[in-house]
Amino acid sequence: MSMSVSDNLSNALSDIGVMTWRNMLRYIRLPQLLVFNALLNVVLLLLFNYVFGGAIRTGGIAYIQYFLPGFMVQTVVFGSTQTSVGLAEDLSKGMIDRFRSLPMSRPAFLTGRVVADAARYAILISLMIAVGSIMGFRFENGVLPVFAGVALIIFFGIALTWVGVFIGISVRDVETAQVAGFVWVFPLVFASSLYVPIETMPTWLQVFAQINPVTPMVDTMRALALGGSISASLWKTLAWDGAIILAFLPLALRRYRLMAQ
Amino acid sequence: MASNHRNMQGNDVCTDASINAVAISKRFGKVQALDNIKLVVEPGTVFALLGPNGSGKTTLVRIFTTLLRPDSGTAHVAGYDVVHEAQLVRSVIGLAGQYPAVEEILTGKENLEMIGYLYHLGKPKAKARAKELLEQFELSDAANRKVKTYSGGMRRRLDLAATLVAKPSILFLDEPTTGLDPRSRLGLWEVIAAQAKECKTVFLTTQYLEEADRLANKIAIIDKGKILREGTNQELKDCCGGDTLVRVRIADRSEISKANNALKELGGDKLHSYPDIGEITLPSAGGTALLPEVVRRLDAEKIIIAELALKPPTLDDVFLAITGHPAEETTELKEDSSSTPSSGNK
Repeated sequence: MSMSVSDNLSNALSDIGVMTWRNMLRYIRLPQLLVFNALLNVVLLLLFNYVFGGAIRTGGIAYIQYFLPGFMVQTVVFGSTQTSVGLAEDLSKGMIDRFRSLPMSRPAFLTGRVVADAARYAILISLMIAVGSIMGFRFENGVLPVFAGVALIIFFGIALTWVGVFIGISVRDVETAQVAGFVWVFPLVFASSLYVPIETMPTWLQVFAQINPVTPMVDTMRALALGGSISASLWKTLAWDGAIILAFLPLALRRYRLMAQ
Repeated sequence: MASNHRNMQGNDVCTDASINAVAISKRFGKVQALDNIKLVVEPGTVFALLGPNGSGKTTLVRIFTTLLRPDSGTAHVAGYDVVHEAQLVRSVIGLAGQYPAVEEILTGKENLEMIGYLYHLGKPKAKARAKELLEQFELSDAANRKVKTYSGGMRRRLDLAATLVAKPSILFLDEPTTGLDPRSRLGLWEVIAAQAKECKTVFLTTQYLEEADRLANKIAIIDKGKILREGTNQELKDCCGGDTLVRVRIADRSEISKANNALKELGGDKLHSYPDIGEITLPSAGGTALLPEVVRRLDAEKIIIAELALKPPTLDDVFLAITGHPAEETTELKEDSSSTPSSGNK
């Protein structure tokens, strides 16, 4: 009756695969979800670049050059709030009871969503690069660093998605999940080096912006896209990724287990 | 091979497929959802838990199916502890909840295959089993259509098929026919009866006495988290007004006590009168013989009859017989909320 470790592992991986497939199919069969998501990002990209771009001093480089690497990061930060919403919706339907009554791996239900969301981020980031290029953005540092940067952003997105999972499973209500997402996402995105150089902020806000995990991620991507040193920001962002996952993955799994109480 | 759960080795032996609950209690805030439930379901039998909305039926099913932990007490399903051996319990049970748990954006076939994969049947087996079940539940024509195009009855059938993917030895059906039209209900009853014949233990909850009577070997009546009475169908009928009733409504409600006196001899202590609607019910003693007698006696008192009928007993009648009050919904505990945020399962 007892299962070997390798059987357990291969079953768990298979369960995660099935759950990923299930969530991906949602994006494919309800394309409007992904389409509007993409549209929103394009609209924001256009608005910020052409409305604010002229007013923000970025040390001699065109605003789109400064802004797009950050915007790629913003895509995953905002994207992770959608995880909360989607999960809250999932939990409000009967399917979750079926999954929980099956002898499947416990973390697979949540992990499958995170993996599918990582794929969603890859699609959205690619789209942002395409639209940005039309708007005049150019990578100045070659192709390989770009791929490395995109991979880092997706990893950052995965870390934040666990935060989104934790919120979604905690509030379990679609509308609450939506609002709860904005609360933590807006300060992260705006009080960082994403839209404006940090030096233009009041000192107390600079302190927050320096600590903010979005800042080293944006700085890393910017350096990878435009050239420059990444050493300091890369380690910071990797440390943040690790810390966020270490904190929120167990919290989310614990919440999932506590659904039985 | 370790991944061979026992449920995949066929169900030739019924011996282990029992349910055994001892002193199960569960509280949601102020509401005592389950109060010291003791219950045994013999392997290979169909057990019906009969009760009104909010009586604790769903809570008990959720505890047996490992979705919810009891506050106190222990429950064993197929010999496994539902708290400490939850994963083993899950490998031998099938659960059809109150609402169909099927994926709208997947096809019927994909739904069943997905469940097969999650039971780790392997791809060829999962596909073969899905095909087999689609045929058995007459869904082959709709196999490649998305479930969102399915009717309510088709969803229920698919849902039930999904619970049978891994050939579970114990089936839990939570109000399997609620919301179905009479034809679909009959169809589903046939399926459940067939499952019971295959030597599976079936635990079902229902609000319909007729359903419990039709399907189950044993019935327990639950109200406000307590089991009031338990027995075979016949035992319940004998003790608790589970037989067909004569129902008579008189034209002038003010004459109800007069009518009551006229019929007292026929119904004895099993006669019930409902003054506000001018109605009296009494046991029919299994036929129509009582009808002319009722007419004669009322006629002798010059009481005009507005309606006279034989009526199959309802849950209400049984409740009335046991508790002296009709079954009423407990509104504090909405059982259908099991998976919504407003539920008590926090």
